[in-house]
Amino acid sequence: MKGYTGKYLRVDLTTGDIRTERLPEEVARKYLGGYGFVGWTLYEEVPAGTDPLSPENVVCLWTGPVAGTPVPVSSKYIMGALSPATGFIGFGIASGGIASELKAAGFDGIVVTGKAPSPQYILVQNGRAELRDASDLWGKTTWETEELIREELSDDEVRVSSIGPAGELLSVLANVTNDRNRQVGRSGIGCVMGSKNLKAIAIRGTGDVEVADLDGLMEFSRDLYKRCRGPATEKYRVFGTPANMLVHNRLGCLPSYNFQKGTFEKVEDVSGERMLETMVKKITACPSCPIACDHINEVKEGPWAGTVSSMDYESLELLGPNCGVSDLNAITKAVELCDTLGIDTISAGVTVSWAMEAFERGLLTSEDVDGLDLRFGNGEAMVEAVRRMSLREGNLGALIADGSARAAEKLGKGSEKFAMVNKKLEWGAYSLRPLQTATLGFATSVRGACYLRSGSYQPDVKGTVDRYHLDSSRGKVVFEGENLYAIIDSLIICKFTRGIYKDNTEFTKLIKLVTGFDWSVEEMIKTGERIHNQAKLFNVRFGAKRADDYPPPRAFEEKLYDDVSDGAIIIRAEYDEALSGYYEERRWDEEGIPTKALLEELGLDATLGV
Amino acid sequence: MEAKKIIVCDTEKCTGCEICEYACSIYKEKRINWSRSRIRHVRIEPTFDIAIACRKCEEPLCIKACPRDAVVVLSDGSVKIDKDKCNGCGWCIEACNFGALKLDWEKKCAFTCDFCADLGTPMCVEVCPYEALEYTTLDQVGHEAGKKAFKRIIEELS
Repeated sequence: MKGYTGKYLRVDLTTGDIRTERLPEEVARKYLGGYGFVGWTLYEEVPAGTDPLSPENVVCLWTGPVAGTPVPVSSKYIMGALSPATGFIGFGIASGGIASELKAAGFDGIVVTGKAPSPQYILVQNGRAELRDASDLWGKTTWETEELIREELSDDEVRVSSIGPAGELLSVLANVTNDRNRQVGRSGIGCVMGSKNLKAIAIRGTGDVEVADLDGLMEFSRDLYKRCRGPATEKYRVFGTPANMLVHNRLGCLPSYNFQKGTFEKVEDVSGERMLETMVKKITACPSCPIACDHINEVKEGPWAGTVSSMDYESLELLGPNCGVSDLNAITKAVELCDTLGIDTISAGVTVSWAMEAFERGLLTSEDVDGLDLRFGNGEAMVEAVRRMSLREGNLGALIADGSARAAEKLGKGSEKFAMVNKKLEWGAYSLRPLQTATLGFATSVRGACYLRSGSYQPDVKGTVDRYHLDSSRGKVVFEGENLYAIIDSLIICKFTRGIYKDNTEFTKLIKLVTGFDWSVEEMIKTGERIHNQAKLFNVRFGAKRADDYPPPRAFEEKLYDDVSDGAIIIRAEYDEALSGYYEERRWDEEGIPTKALLEELGLDATLGV
Repeated sequence: MEAKKIIVCDTEKCTGCEICEYACSIYKEKRINWSRSRIRHVRIEPTFDIAIACRKCEEPLCIKACPRDAVVVLSDGSVKIDKDKCNGCGWCIEACNFGALKLDWEKKCAFTCDFCADLGTPMCVEVCPYEALEYTTLDQVGHEAGKKAFKRIIEELS
């Protein structure tokens, strides 16, 4: 089997038993890799009723077939578990050196079960793995953990994925960090690692990565490198993803003040353009990436001088305008805290903005927020709130450490209405009411509030649909996006490269060069559909129903007024129709349960089907 | 004698993508294995990246260090390791100030960059998507630096 090592590690933390297992070729053909393998692992191994923080939950790390190859931006891995944040499938994809290193070490993935009796980390080296004591690493930040493990092993090239204190303290927003600036951000995978006493996974490999057609793949890759330097990726190269700030503000879909508005009056102060001019110290790339979107900011003055952190659109937007904050220094500091203490920047930003709104509405007292002046726009208070949230410190930390949905449940008083979540996970940095196809895609996503599952914002942003209204035809847009993205997330390649492939035949060409699988476009898309349905089926096992596929109440109950929108709102009947249209396209019933006929056609377990 | 050409890396342009390492191992070894690349990417956190290959030193320490006279200098200034003489002791690797030699565990012998003599331009330079790598002479590097400095003065004065 080419494109795969054909082996994965199974680590039982309870017993300390480590085994190498064979990856069956039929699994590779059926689920391709990455996202597909996460769905397969979790569906096979996590039964209904499992408590996400119990030893019975499984945390897995998978690569896809392109990992470790010269294909542009192919060094990506995925981690998955039953999410403690949503109670459904949880996963996150990160770049950096982990994926290629694991391949070179001889494994496609790692499946971890049980709970270690004391803090430990997994060390994977060429063809073998061991558990090592992590007592001295417990309490350390992710950046310290990476350095300490490299020192301990006297090897600078060891790649490390680790959790910070937030994961140890079981925050459901806890993420996993590797190579300092890359995160498995969403779904609380870091929390599951913390619950298992698993501080880190360290990997070092020096073996070969095998593909079906090396010469053909290098030739294709060189062609793709050239395209990566062309117009399709220019905005990422110059300003990084913060290029979106001004674009989204013009479109009125830049969330500000906890999604109360879609424009921000001080957007110029936090634009990608301003950031490049005043903050960016270095532009860096992940392994095998010819784009280099990663913009590393440095704070030059003030209380946070010397802070260096990686800034992307979502972090900048949600810790910035969505909290009313226009101070790039404060936002850079907040991102550093999130990355080092181990919390997701998206959830952090949207949780702080919820607390700010609750404070301004008088629902949170000064005592509730430890005396902070938690008004919108106060950068210092935002930074301190992020720190307290990550460390569960004080009244404020205790209230918001597990995100806005749980904080709102505790607080009550109607604050649930402005917790900007779907499936209890915080919404990405796209306004709901002026981007209604996007909203449908986010709300129906299997991992919750997700902008990365279908690219459903694209038709809205490009203007190919009426973005202020919904109808049943939008289901098809989400359906098609999800099926293709399931392939992208299973290969796994960076979504920023999607525009450089001329059409879907180039994805099948890539698959053939790497794995030798000679798929038609139809077979590939069908595989994407299978992968997505497998993930959905896992959610059905955990009780997913129609009500879970709705955006937060603000979308339906408050009209949006700002510099661009004049009373935009999502009409509930239109949303209902669009959602039904999506289910119909998917061949799911009105509650979003896949039909038996569909599951059988896709070769999936039909037990839960209708 | 023709001026020696070496691979220089513009650290402002280098992003740490390691595509040079992939390209090198694929071209020179016909396999994907970046640990067998002749050029080596080094990142010093948080913001410094460089790719380094053999510098064609005037007085190569690798040659001096070899107890078996297995390292010899060629007419273009690059060094070649005589596989029959090398026993993989690794002193040349220790001696090199740039980490430009590596040990081949399978062949039990050291290896280093030959600048893709058969290609004219080294593959890494050819492939670097950021044009951070250049195959050039130190004299030309100096000339370019002078030009750049002078351009800045002109811009400041105008």
